[in-house]
Amino acid sequence: MSVRLADITAADIAAERVRFPRAYAPSIRERVEFWLIWGSGTALTLYCLYRFGFFSAGFLHGVSKFAAVVVAQLFPPTGFANLPMFLMVMGETVAMAFMGTLLGAVFAFPLSFLASRNMTRWRPLQFGTRRFADLLRSFDYLIWALIFVRAIGLGPLAGIMAIAIVETGTFVKLYSEAIENLDRKQIDGVTAAGGDGLQRIRFGVLPQVLPMMLSNTLYMFEHNVRSASILGIVGAGGIGFLLADRLRAYELQEACLIIILIILAVYAIDHLSKALRERLIGDNRRREPVDDAAQQ
Amino acid sequence: MTISGPETASESKPRGPAARFETQFAAYRREKRTYAFLFIVAFLVCLGAAAITAKFDVITLIQGLPRTTEFLVKLVPPIGLATFAHDVGEWYWGIGSWLDSLLNTLLMAFLATVLGTAMGGFLSFFAARNLARHYLTYWVMRRLLEIARTVPDIVWALMFVIAFGIGPLAGILAITVHTIGAQGKLFAEVNENISLLPVDGVRAAGGTWFQEIRFAVLPQVIPNYMSYTFWRLELNVRSATIVGFVGAGGIGHELFTSVQLLYFSDVGAILLIVVATIMLIDVLSEMFRHSAIGKASFAQ
Repeated sequence: MSVRLADITAADIAAERVRFPRAYAPSIRERVEFWLIWGSGTALTLYCLYRFGFFSAGFLHGVSKFAAVVVAQLFPPTGFANLPMFLMVMGETVAMAFMGTLLGAVFAFPLSFLASRNMTRWRPLQFGTRRFADLLRSFDYLIWALIFVRAIGLGPLAGIMAIAIVETGTFVKLYSEAIENLDRKQIDGVTAAGGDGLQRIRFGVLPQVLPMMLSNTLYMFEHNVRSASILGIVGAGGIGFLLADRLRAYELQEACLIIILIILAVYAIDHLSKALRERLIGDNRRREPVDDAAQQ
Repeated sequence: MTISGPETASESKPRGPAARFETQFAAYRREKRTYAFLFIVAFLVCLGAAAITAKFDVITLIQGLPRTTEFLVKLVPPIGLATFAHDVGEWYWGIGSWLDSLLNTLLMAFLATVLGTAMGGFLSFFAARNLARHYLTYWVMRRLLEIARTVPDIVWALMFVIAFGIGPLAGILAITVHTIGAQGKLFAEVNENISLLPVDGVRAAGGTWFQEIRFAVLPQVIPNYMSYTFWRLELNVRSATIVGFVGAGGIGHELFTSVQLLYFSDVGAILLIVVATIMLIDVLSEMFRHSAIGKASFAQ
């Protein structure tokens, strides 16, 4: 039996609408909820727009000033005479990211075992380590940088420490998640063969989690090149200092060159790290000695 | 390094499967060791170069650590048990203005998320390979979004402060621009993963471009959009706490001033407010994502 669209009349539709009201329109409760959520959201947005002066003449003035002063004066980039110096400072920025990420990984590695449910039997220790890591992570890089600049002075070392502290928190979380997801059977195998605690970790745990850890670490390195490029704004080394300095002195064209450099460096590191990560994980999957032997 | 390759040919062919396995395993281990060795050498070269370039100095670091702990200790003023309420009250003498800044910070993050998501979401339809009508539109849009999100929000804040002066407006615009870039890219990726059959349906029924988006695309992508938006709100609260360092409003401004003036106990009090807020937002956002949208739909 088939129904032809042409045979359906308006009366049929009306009859169906009465029979199955929910199929044609949302219930009253759904409608009220919808309008309540969207209504209050819109109201709050309008209030914020008003509160922060989007409806004032100052806003329009700012927009025209932004177009005339900032955007128009950014181009073309100048200051190519300083390019070697900029490149060196950019190198320092990448180096800061590298050292910070590495230190973070080194600090986080032992802590991540304490923070894993399947490695640490004593719950308060495991839970405490996790929360401690969350605490380190919840402050932004710039806040830590501000603190370290006060404590150990201006310069890249403060930036390295800021990255290292935040990354310790991030890595404890990422690593311990990797450890919690591992396959018990390999550890049982090492235990059955008479392995002690250290050997269980070396031969049962590490082969499973190391590729994951390396990949995560590389990914965070990529992320930290971006972070390191702004830490200089509070004096913690890297190209951010030069950028903030040029912007505050209204030397926008030179600032433009620095911004372009940052974008290029971030792209380059992204691609490099993506290629490395694919290699790291892909390589491990492809070559299993036992598989090679079984193929013949 | 001259390992692997020719020597296996010179050996006599092993007979049993166990022996064959042994030779292969040995070759595999040799190869693996070579790679590990090369990797370690490359890594050490990088480490040395980085340590020299970044002027990494262990002595300065060790000398600085006691000062860091000293600093951290000074963040909390002495609080006696007997005079607990009084001491805490003294510590939080500026609670009124700090909470006001905190409210500003949260509203800045909210507004920037709304504006950025609305604009980024609109632009994402042009940045999706399957929905953009011309390759050129797609390519230009992708590059624009990339620039918007690669330039850090605090750098946008520096630029907006020049035009809009010191205050939250500059911070909101900075976070909005960054959000447009981030949401535009994430949403475009969601758009690229939809089924195109409903789009064809609407087009076949004579729908316009807007109707295609409204009736064929949006129903498929809204859940993912929602979860990305909550996540972005969380990130934007963090950003809103730091754009104040360059004068773009919010509690970061108070924090920066206190650090500059060496009012350590104020710094401690504000940091505590910030960390409490961020942890609360983390928990709330996770609850929202899991309850309203369902675990499965949160891609990644």
